[in-house]
Amino acid sequence: MIKKIFFQSIFFNFFFLREVFAAESGGMPQLNPEFWVSQIFWLIITFGILYIVLSKFILPKISSNLELRKSQIQENIETAEKQREISEVKLKEYDEIILKSKSEAKNIFKNAREKIIKDINLKKETLDKQIDEEISNAEEEIKTLKKDATDKINKIAIETSSDLLKKLIGTEINNSSISAIVDDLSKKNKDKYYGS
Amino acid sequence: MAANPMNQFEVYRIGPEIKIGTFDISFTNASLFMIVSSFAILFIFNLGSKKKSVIPNKIQLLAELSYSFVAKMISDTAGSKARPYFAFIFSLFMFVLFCNMFGMIPYTFTVTSHIIVTFMLAAFIFIGVTIIGFIKHGFGYLKLFVPSGVPIVLLPLIVVIEIISYLSRPISLSVRLFANMMAGHTMMKVFGGFVVSLGIVGGWLPLSFSVALTGLEILVAFLQAYVFAILTCIYLNDALNLHH
Repeated sequence: MIKKIFFQSIFFNFFFLREVFAAESGGMPQLNPEFWVSQIFWLIITFGILYIVLSKFILPKISSNLELRKSQIQENIETAEKQREISEVKLKEYDEIILKSKSEAKNIFKNAREKIIKDINLKKETLDKQIDEEISNAEEEIKTLKKDATDKINKIAIETSSDLLKKLIGTEINNSSISAIVDDLSKKNKDKYYGS
Repeated sequence: MAANPMNQFEVYRIGPEIKIGTFDISFTNASLFMIVSSFAILFIFNLGSKKKSVIPNKIQLLAELSYSFVAKMISDTAGSKARPYFAFIFSLFMFVLFCNMFGMIPYTFTVTSHIIVTFMLAAFIFIGVTIIGFIKHGFGYLKLFVPSGVPIVLLPLIVVIEIISYLSRPISLSVRLFANMMAGHTMMKVFGGFVVSLGIVGGWLPLSFSVALTGLEILVAFLQAYVFAILTCIYLNDALNLHH
């Protein structure tokens, strides 16, 4: 019995008008030799075309592309290696320059410091000298002032005491006797008045 | 008609009957799917090899990965001497793979589920490998049947066994692929039939089986193509590098 069915498929709608030998024949359709020759024939044609096109046109392209990529990557790696070496050299140079400039900076700093210290010392010395001089001058002045002071105070004391006596008693007393007393007193109380 | 799981393997004529002499070479659904597979391969790999960019796009990556996959397979099993046969093994692998994979689409025909197709491929490989072996080694190729280090008493037996195993190569190679494809597709059809007959109540279990089987069959489709190609490489290795 031959059944006609319409086979619907997504792509090959119109191809599928098919004649199906019904199930009653049984067994495996694979062992039915009716279409063996046709299958062999079409297998040889399709596989042959596939093999020829693949081997002559497509596979060489793919293989050359792979080779190209390989060589390009190799090249890139080589250039990268080269550039890395260059950059390493540059880095070394840079380090050297940095080191050099650091030591230079140190030297400059050192020199400047030494110079400044020298200047400071010089100025300090001159200042010290000036201060010493002024101090000695002042001391001398003080000394002369001290010396003068007793005489002047004594003189004032004598004059005031003679004036006081004149006002109190009304008679003039001999200056020499007053001065003797004042001298005596001042000598006695010298420590008390001027300090030591 | 859906009940018979073998119906899917039926070959039928598309278009008129073509005859050369007594041979019927009509265009059939099997021929259609051979052509579809071949054109799919050529289409994908043509697209994949068109552009020569350093950073490949997806389709180029696909083509190049397949290329290096097959190249590695050949160099691992048959060494560098098998380089001239790369194109053949590549197209063989791709052809079987695409035929298997196209068979996984519902309502399609699986070319490799027919013993005559796989047997033709296997026979061609067998004859080709034998010819290559005799060209490379002359009559020394017969040493393949005489393993070294075998006691002289056992030698007649071993030689007979070796010859039988050598001659059964095309049969084992073709039956392996054919039986795997046919069994898988039959099973899927049977489970699909269960889904329909058990209906909405009980059909879920076979449906889940069907889903799982589909995944398994896709794996098998790849694996069988791989096995077919790698066995070809091994036979080629025997012919190129005589070990015995």
